Amino acid sequence: MDLGSILQTIFNFENYGELLALVQNSIWAGAVLGLLGGLVGTFVMKRDLAFAVHGISELSFAGAAFALLIGADIIFGSLAGSVAAALLLGLMGVRARDKNSIIGVIMPFGLGLGILFLALYEGRAANKFGLLTGQIVSVDTVQLQALAGTAVVVMIALAAIWRPLSFASGDPEMAEARGVPVRGLAIGFMVMLGVSVALSIQIVGALLVLALLITPAAAALRVTTSPRLVVLLSVAFAVSATVGGILLALGSRIPISPYVTTLSFLIYVVCRVIGSVRAKRGLMGRVTREAAPAAAA
Amino acid sequence: MFTTAAGPCALHQQLRSFGNAWIEDNLLTPVVSLRGAGLQFGKRVLWAGLDLDINPGEFFAVLGPNGSGKTSFLKVLLGLQELHSGTVSLGGHPVERGSKRIGYIPQQKSFAPDTPLRARDLVGLGIDGHRWGMRLGAARVNRRVDELLDLVGASDYSNVPVGLLSGGEQQRLRAAQALATDPQVLLCDEPLLSLDLHHQQGVSALINRQCHERNSAVVFVTHEINPVIDYVDRVLYLAGGRFRVGTPQEVMTTDVLSELYNSHVEVIHANGRIVVVGLPDATTHFHDDAHPTAGEDF
Repeated sequence: MDLGSILQTIFNFENYGELLALVQNSIWAGAVLGLLGGLVGTFVMKRDLAFAVHGISELSFAGAAFALLIGADIIFGSLAGSVAAALLLGLMGVRARDKNSIIGVIMPFGLGLGILFLALYEGRAANKFGLLTGQIVSVDTVQLQALAGTAVVVMIALAAIWRPLSFASGDPEMAEARGVPVRGLAIGFMVMLGVSVALSIQIVGALLVLALLITPAAAALRVTTSPRLVVLLSVAFAVSATVGGILLALGSRIPISPYVTTLSFLIYVVCRVIGSVRAKRGLMGRVTREAAPAAAA
Repeated sequence: MFTTAAGPCALHQQLRSFGNAWIEDNLLTPVVSLRGAGLQFGKRVLWAGLDLDINPGEFFAVLGPNGSGKTSFLKVLLGLQELHSGTVSLGGHPVERGSKRIGYIPQQKSFAPDTPLRARDLVGLGIDGHRWGMRLGAARVNRRVDELLDLVGASDYSNVPVGLLSGGEQQRLRAAQALATDPQVLLCDEPLLSLDLHHQQGVSALINRQCHERNSAVVFVTHEINPVIDYVDRVLYLAGGRFRVGTPQEVMTTDVLSELYNSHVEVIHANGRIVVVGLPDATTHFHDDAHPTAGEDF
């Protein structure tokens, strides 16, 4: 296989118009997940939960693999796995260091279980592979509705706790003094995170959930600290990566995840460069006055 | 064992002489009231039998060595810590978590440099961060944020990420957050710790202004009385499971502190400052907060 044919395999736009019509549901699904991932991702970053997302996704994978093995609904399986993991982390890990070690313990366990279930499974190999690396082509209308419905529920719940969650994430000690139920919010958010992970797994697979839930928000935070702009950019980045990835992947027989993750990664790199250039020259928003003794404080 | 002196503030006595019922209700009713209050962890008694009234407009300092229950005293008022015995009320009501009557300034604790919050966002959270849902009236909140930033002299860095601000600047933002609800009581937990002298003066003057101009009671937990010595009306000194309440002149004496610490402690008054020499606490172990210990001046 020479380079030309490899490229041909990666980027293939033959019969593009017809294909596009076939995968409309997939594109909508990608957009919904991008929106959800961009929103949830901002809190994942604020709460320093990147590693937790990885841990949850491995257990979600185990749940989905188990569902596949016993012939149950895969979405239900991945939801059960990720919500269980999220609740476990929410209830147990209060201190960051403790939380990370718990994640480090359950992550390989989840992955191991998942591989066990897949090894026992005797059905189509594509089903197995899809759980890890994502599959988008076969989203039907019923699936899309279920996906969008669940995503809307999570987004409404997130909107309801938006302000106190921001307070508890950015300034926990003060939030507690002001009567914000810091612990309850932490657990509530973990459940929302668990559901988001389970939904994202349908598209990008267990291994690459981070590209949807972390990279866009992390990229946004490199270029702005305005809370509103962070959310807008994070959503824009996530939707561009998922929808763009699906569009690029359309003609080829390669799973969509490499496209989504590469787009996501490129966005992050660009943002990082912009951010560091700005930090070098800028005042980071400080107003200097001629009379004032040079921003000594 | 120890008695509680009434607030000596001249203004209060003057107002009392008017006999005006409105003034009585709104200005002279104690904001903080403890009766027979005690706190202990396991068998270790931090303090017990504390009767105390703190009046509006009073600057009340809480002093004592590490582990004497100063911060726990604040936590009781914040509703984060239950009393072991006795009662506590705030503005005539039992204490509750997140009360609007309370403003809280915590110890300065640095934010990570990449914390995604600007100075104005931090203050904004102090205004409505505890409410559910998303912020709707952004313009109104923004105006209030600008007012508060102006009040504490932080307007110049309102758009700077908090993680890039100095400790003193961050404490000004804490003050702005705490003043957001125009509280009746301002609880300060070592707010000057780790600030340089210049910022110590700035932040303590700010707190004093809220006390006198807005008539808030200030409860100021501190290691060192000197940065606020000019403002303090009364002190509560906690040590060795005992306490003493009174004016700094009454409490900060060789006799009283020696009795509290159960060992000889020398208190020297010089140039309007108070130096305490020979604290058992200072000679037996180092503080975990890297505070100057030897010959510590209180």
